[in-house]
Amino acid sequence: MIRFVPRERTPVWLTLAVSVGAGLVALLLTAIPLALSGAPVLQSFLFMVQGAAGSGFAFAETLTRATPLIFTGLAAAVAFRAKLWNIGAEGQLYAGALATVALGAGLLDLPSYLLVPTVLVGAALAGAALLLVPVFFKMRFGADEVVVTLLLNFVVLLFVQMMLEGPMKDEMALGWPQSAPVLDEATLPKLVPGLRLHWGLVLAVACAIGLHVLITRTVWGFRIRAVGENARAARYAGLPVSKAMALVGLLSGGLAGLAGASEVAGLKGYLTADLSPGFGYAGIVVATLANLSPLGVVPAAVFIAAVFVGADSMSRAIGVSNYLADLVVALSLLSVLVGGLLTRFRIVLVRREAA
Amino acid sequence: MIAPTAPDQPDRTPHHTRPLVLSLSGITKRFGNLVANDVISLDVHAGEIVALLGENGAGKTTLMSILFGHYVADEGTVHIADAGGRLAPLPGGSAEAALAAGIGMVHQHFTLAENLTGFENIVLGTVPLWRLGFGKAAARAKVARLMKESGLEADLGVPVGRLSVGEQQRIEILKALYRDVRVLILDEPTAVLTPQEADSLATTVKALAAKGLAVIFISHKLHEVLALCERVAVLRGGAKVADRPAAGADRATLAELMVGREIPARERMPAALGAPVLHLAGVDVGAPGERDRLEGADLELRGGEIIGIAGVSGNGQGALAALVAGLKAPRRGRCEIIGQVATRADPGARLAAGVGRIPEDRHRDGTIGALTVAENYVLETLADPENQRHGLLRRAAIRTRASQAIRDYDIRCPGPEAPIRALSGGNMQKVVLARVLERAPRLILAHQPTRGLDIGATTDVHRRLLAARGRGAGILLISEDLDELFALSDRIAVMHAGHLSPAMDVAGLDMRTVGLMMAGHSAEEAA
Repeated sequence: MIRFVPRERTPVWLTLAVSVGAGLVALLLTAIPLALSGAPVLQSFLFMVQGAAGSGFAFAETLTRATPLIFTGLAAAVAFRAKLWNIGAEGQLYAGALATVALGAGLLDLPSYLLVPTVLVGAALAGAALLLVPVFFKMRFGADEVVVTLLLNFVVLLFVQMMLEGPMKDEMALGWPQSAPVLDEATLPKLVPGLRLHWGLVLAVACAIGLHVLITRTVWGFRIRAVGENARAARYAGLPVSKAMALVGLLSGGLAGLAGASEVAGLKGYLTADLSPGFGYAGIVVATLANLSPLGVVPAAVFIAAVFVGADSMSRAIGVSNYLADLVVALSLLSVLVGGLLTRFRIVLVRREAA
Repeated sequence: MIAPTAPDQPDRTPHHTRPLVLSLSGITKRFGNLVANDVISLDVHAGEIVALLGENGAGKTTLMSILFGHYVADEGTVHIADAGGRLAPLPGGSAEAALAAGIGMVHQHFTLAENLTGFENIVLGTVPLWRLGFGKAAARAKVARLMKESGLEADLGVPVGRLSVGEQQRIEILKALYRDVRVLILDEPTAVLTPQEADSLATTVKALAAKGLAVIFISHKLHEVLALCERVAVLRGGAKVADRPAAGADRATLAELMVGREIPARERMPAALGAPVLHLAGVDVGAPGERDRLEGADLELRGGEIIGIAGVSGNGQGALAALVAGLKAPRRGRCEIIGQVATRADPGARLAAGVGRIPEDRHRDGTIGALTVAENYVLETLADPENQRHGLLRRAAIRTRASQAIRDYDIRCPGPEAPIRALSGGNMQKVVLARVLERAPRLILAHQPTRGLDIGATTDVHRRLLAARGRGAGILLISEDLDELFALSDRIAVMHAGHLSPAMDVAGLDMRTVGLMMAGHSAEEAA
């Protein structure tokens, strides 16, 4: 007989092991449909690993893909810590991207050292504003933020499409629905010449470190944790619950907005309606894999990015559909949720004595 | 609250003439280095009510879990009489075997399916699920007979979620009787009952015992144990330290056996009255339709006195506590707290004014389980310069002060960095107490401050509250425990249906009067 005994505290190594183990289990489970489809399993995985980290170029590509995932992963992590279920990072990302082209594609004529920060702040504020609306509705009327943030994603995406077909359409783009390119002064420089890797990565890692310090070392971080773990007791203790939630909304939406700015100003150069292949949603997986730890978000984002980049490369090499990446991501989310059982409970085998 | 007024006096013949139904011998259970049960032997005879006493962690739960097959004893045996009265060994580690052998238990937290009716709950597990709705005539007849014989009455036709706690408990007992139990274990059965319900439970239990049922009564309310039980077994630190007839035992002796040391008497020294710290004039809290509301309350509490608020919970104590704690605003009337008129719901403002609050539910309102002992200790004082500088937590200083509080208040925990949910209820309450008293509050709200605590922890809370009174704090003590109210309070006011009676001097007040007022009689009628 198996019994689940609640743990009083979870050792750090176990939390780490569960995250890493979940990724491995997901890959193992993916082998089943691979084998069923008749593809050579080991070779496929080899292609994936090579595609994701087989060369400096491949690894740089993985890090490029990880950059927006770090931002959206942090956005989910800080919100989920406070039990604010922000499913709207995708929309906030587009809001940030829209702000980036609005400010950086000719409206402001500033030197680079002023324009880049202006664009980043503008993008963060746009993402934050988009999340503060559901937070206000939640605090004031008890509206469910899952529904509101999720539906806002579609509203924002349609709004972006409208802008790209209308007022923000680039007349020089041969009829394609895309915005005018951001100015060189608004562009995030490349980290290494010749690679797509840009300063957005450095910014993302700095945000992870900053968020870690905020949550563990500051009064406001304490308040966020307290509100998330037990809002009733936090209110009883006189903590500013509404302000803490507003701060969480500001941080989470702002980080998702930065993901949009980083993609536009660091990588694409202009805005299209297919800027994000679901980075906002993948951020939820990243945060969960990281056990909501801001520092853990960085390796988790790199792992998820590696799966996507590796699967693309594999599909080019041996013709297995790159939808396999979605399968790995979904399975790792499920595995880490199951693994959560191990961090919360000790599993004890009880020997039954014969009657 | 149990008065010895049962119509059926239990059979008082000495136990050796009655057949043995349950015999535990030499039970030992270890968890790692901890010896939870240390060679415990216990015999229970037919028709006998045996009390099992002990503080939290004394080993009561482990012993009962072994009896029920949830744990397997490392050493020792359990024998139980079969239908013919012959003792047979009970196989360990099997709940099915324990049920089949006639052991039934009513847990403190009921195990009823709330969406099923009383009848369905009673027969649940004895017939396949899909046949529940058919209501077999034989089963109905048996339940009706059991209700008649035992005097346990409950509405069996509605979902149990709609029944009162007392009725749910009666259904739990009927559920056990339906399975033809010979040994019935009641775990803290009166913790959730009103005094009247507890009285009726005692009557029932005595009647059942008179018919030959063996009852093990787990409780820490000593007066109940003495009124109801014939024999008292006391566990301490995993070992049985006493097994004696209840006749001739007194509360002080039993309490000392449980705690293992002499319990200092509570002494309420006269204290000088200070300025008013709480003044209510015609205060309403909560909408008129709400159950837990306050209507036209008048009260003046001064520094250096304790006013006790008696009443069955849910009669407005929650609203009064919420007002003082700052969770609710007065809807009407004038509320002055430490010289300031309180008009808004603002817990932070109450704290700043010098109010210390001990909430009723320390898990839900008083502590944040996932945070550490140190973090919970500074929860209310985060913004103070001793805890932060420029918004950065002074973690070393917080840890040092929490360690000091752990020493001062004798909080048993792995350390200041342990999550507070790992602590026992008593130690958790000590953290809350340390947090409240550290600020030297002028007004203390103590809402059920000792609920669920064992004797040692209760004594400690009482001592600290009296010490705070001695320093000049005014204390509003809301409690359902009349013993506690009479021991600590200078004056007592009674709450019923949202109305607060004038506060009466404890000297010359008798418990019967307060009991009648709790049931809704006016002071004149009750006197």
